[in-house]
Amino acid sequence: MTDLPEQTERKLGLVIDLDICVGCHACAVNCKEWNTGGHSGPLTDMSPYGDSPSGVWFNRIHTFEVNDPETGTGRTVHFPKSCLHCEDAPCVTVCPTGASYKREEDGIVLVNADICIGCKLCSWACPYGAREYDETEGVMKKCTLCVDKIYNDSLPEESRVPACVSTCPVGARSFGDLGDPDSDVSRLVEARGGFELMPEQGTRPVNRYLPPRPRKGPPPQEASGPAEDRAPRMLDHDGGDPDGAGRIARWIDRALSS
Amino acid sequence: MLGGARTLEDGRKAVPVFELMARRYLRDEHSPDAVAERVGISAATIRRIAAELAEAAFEQEIVVEQPWTDWLGRRHDRIVGRPVSMHGMRGISAHSNGFHTCRAIHLLQALLGSVDTPGGWRYKAPFPKPIPPGPKPAGVTTAPDTPLGGMPIGNPTGPEDLIVDDAGQPLRIDKAYSWEHPLAAHGLMHMVLHNAWAGDPYPVDVLMMYMANMAWNSSMNVPATIKYLTDKNPDGSYKIPKFIYADAFASETVAYADLVLPDTTYLERWDCISLLDRPISSAHGPGDAIRQPVCAPDRDVRPFQEVLIDLGARLQLPGFAHEDGTPKYPGGYPDYIVNHQRGPGIGPLAGWRGDGESFGRGEPNPDQLDRYIENGCFCAQDFPDDAQYMKPFNRAYLDYAHRMGWMPSAEPVIFQLYSETLQKFRLAARGHGAHQPPPEHRDRVAQYFDPLPFWYAPFEEAALEGGDFPIHAITQRPMHMYHSWGSQNAWLRQITSKNRLFIHDDLADALGVRDEDWIWVHGHGGKLRRRARRMRGTNPSTVWTWNAIGKRKGAWGLSQAAPEASDGFLLNHVISDLLPEREGGHRYSNSDPVTGQAAWYDLRVRIERCADQSAEGCVPAFEALDAPHPPPILQYGADVKADPCQAEGVPCREWIGNRHEYAASVEGLAEGHGGDATPKLKAAE
Repeated sequence: MTDLPEQTERKLGLVIDLDICVGCHACAVNCKEWNTGGHSGPLTDMSPYGDSPSGVWFNRIHTFEVNDPETGTGRTVHFPKSCLHCEDAPCVTVCPTGASYKREEDGIVLVNADICIGCKLCSWACPYGAREYDETEGVMKKCTLCVDKIYNDSLPEESRVPACVSTCPVGARSFGDLGDPDSDVSRLVEARGGFELMPEQGTRPVNRYLPPRPRKGPPPQEASGPAEDRAPRMLDHDGGDPDGAGRIARWIDRALSS
Repeated sequence: MLGGARTLEDGRKAVPVFELMARRYLRDEHSPDAVAERVGISAATIRRIAAELAEAAFEQEIVVEQPWTDWLGRRHDRIVGRPVSMHGMRGISAHSNGFHTCRAIHLLQALLGSVDTPGGWRYKAPFPKPIPPGPKPAGVTTAPDTPLGGMPIGNPTGPEDLIVDDAGQPLRIDKAYSWEHPLAAHGLMHMVLHNAWAGDPYPVDVLMMYMANMAWNSSMNVPATIKYLTDKNPDGSYKIPKFIYADAFASETVAYADLVLPDTTYLERWDCISLLDRPISSAHGPGDAIRQPVCAPDRDVRPFQEVLIDLGARLQLPGFAHEDGTPKYPGGYPDYIVNHQRGPGIGPLAGWRGDGESFGRGEPNPDQLDRYIENGCFCAQDFPDDAQYMKPFNRAYLDYAHRMGWMPSAEPVIFQLYSETLQKFRLAARGHGAHQPPPEHRDRVAQYFDPLPFWYAPFEEAALEGGDFPIHAITQRPMHMYHSWGSQNAWLRQITSKNRLFIHDDLADALGVRDEDWIWVHGHGGKLRRRARRMRGTNPSTVWTWNAIGKRKGAWGLSQAAPEASDGFLLNHVISDLLPEREGGHRYSNSDPVTGQAAWYDLRVRIERCADQSAEGCVPAFEALDAPHPPPILQYGADVKADPCQAEGVPCREWIGNRHEYAASVEGLAEGHGGDATPKLKAAE
């Protein structure tokens, strides 16, 4: 119903490192802070101090455990999720009014609130659940990739990045042109095995996630290596030996005087 | 020589601390095999970790090619780092054995040589301070209408510095710096309400508190604390007759105040994050910061700092009133921030002092706050390259720190592996000196004021030996609310507004507990009925929950139906503020015996699945407070809607979140900070 551009000049998007995200929600809160006064604001909150507070967020963090029944080990995954600015965005093609659209110049998917009729077809079409309906205003809202921030010449240059990116305290979020294979974000994705979310859905998302790095396994209990070989000598408990203390003191003397 | 013993010139015999340490820590009771079962880590793993520490420290040293000079004037060609760093936070000191555990960790750091070296643990300005740091607490002598002779908190260095009467009994309402908690360097806020209620050591006329939610999440044993606030004497008068409380929000404690002083939020006032307190320094150099008001209060509130300054002037305290009686800081807190001087040229803010060029020391500069605002509300400086490391013994650093007024002299900071301060208290308990503990505290002081760190079972655990409380129970603050006094915030509470008790799968299986089951949590001082959630990423013998989510019904401006009240809880309800009775009936505070730090993390519990899962409701339940009628909808920013698009031709730029780390492993990625590389992205034509 609404056409996608055949191609975009750039593919602006986010790269999110699941290895170092700690799940602090700073990205989500700063996103709400910027965007509630931005292009698709306000990000309305219903029952804000009541029994079931719920509001519009462009970015949400889902936290879950992934367990390996074989080893009995598990890990906690913090998974921030926002619009992935898909190349084959089903939320755009399903839109009956042209309110949902993908920009030719940078690939950002936006909603034109003036012609959105709140039919919610886009939220049904999005396999990621990234669309946010504002019941009060009767229109659909979503991540704008901070389109009103990244080109905003009233901000200092270093601030012209999405709010979620600039606020991340651990640097788990990067931003750039994923359509340029030589861009820094593309290099990062290549080097770290960045992946698409749910590629089987055929939406060709632009955003990428970097997987957790492989963990160092627990050292074998019986292993002996250089460190283990030395351990007994350095941890020689006296076991009643009257000279045990003297021995350690002499060792410290040697270590400090050499 | 560090071992053996020496005879001093005056004939006395001295034993080096290394000899004492070797004698103690080489005893079999400290061997990995002896402690493996208790700590739940195998002896082999303990040996491996010890060997890895030693290998990292002594065989993988990090060298920074930077000459430096030590305090004796000896020049060193390079800085050698011992790359062992340790991470810990308040959990360690939240046990009744926390002080000695902290000391043990720092002893290990010192022995490894990883204190303030590259790759090790590093001080942040204005630390290190001399050991022991000054000043000492004031308060042994007090008189009506007379200012205290010094700071109310400080660092005693011996029994003679305690705030006790001639019989050795506590003089302060919190019993800090008494024989019960001699080195209570932060006071014992958590005991004030109990002691005021008990009239021990004295009854109070008025109690004034600021933003410590003592009727709820800042107190152990919430039900008892509420009793302390409301209990009456036989004649009908209150045990705590008048209670004045300042808070920015309608917290649980506000409900008990006779007089409420409504505070501003931090968006409506000046604040100062000062080098005299807890600044924003990094390990590379000092820094401090301000907050400035960004909106005017829309209600009848006053910054509490201004209230204190006003009170100080009205009471004619010499720090706040001139000799003619007029106030010293008529401009309120910003006036104080700029013009107060702790010592000559040293004030709350280090930046832009004097003529605007001085850092650290200089006359007050009337334009100082403007300079901070121009610089993004902070000021930071890097240490000179030769003063970056080895600060306790680094000539360049010591001179710098002395110049800044952080140290009374440029003397080196010598680590006390063997604590003379602790030993002085122990000797007093053994009958030496003019100041000795009363008989009832003698054994305790003698035992816990050990000059070398040692481990002992936390008090509650030890007292419950044989009782059926096999599980540790702790809390942590959610990251998104960590430094937030206002977790009722409309956005933050959408992230977390209820909490569960998290239980390891194995323990949950043993207890027959499934997700969302109602469970009983029994502590030695009470019990809770709440819901459980299973997980793997936690210790199997420890349960935990989010702290300070649970709120009392009607508090914090939330509706009566808020999940924080109906579906949130605090472990505080079952943490006892007092330890079980000892011989003679005395009950010590549930705190560290040396520092008086509250032992929040000592809680032991027993858990059982509720037999009747259909019964709704939480235990304990508290009577509802009067709730306001909050707005049904919020639309922040609706009035500032931006133009839909962008300025023409503005380039946007890439940003690599962790460029410094990624650059090491990603080919072609430049080193630097997030957006340091040349912007590659141009705006559409």
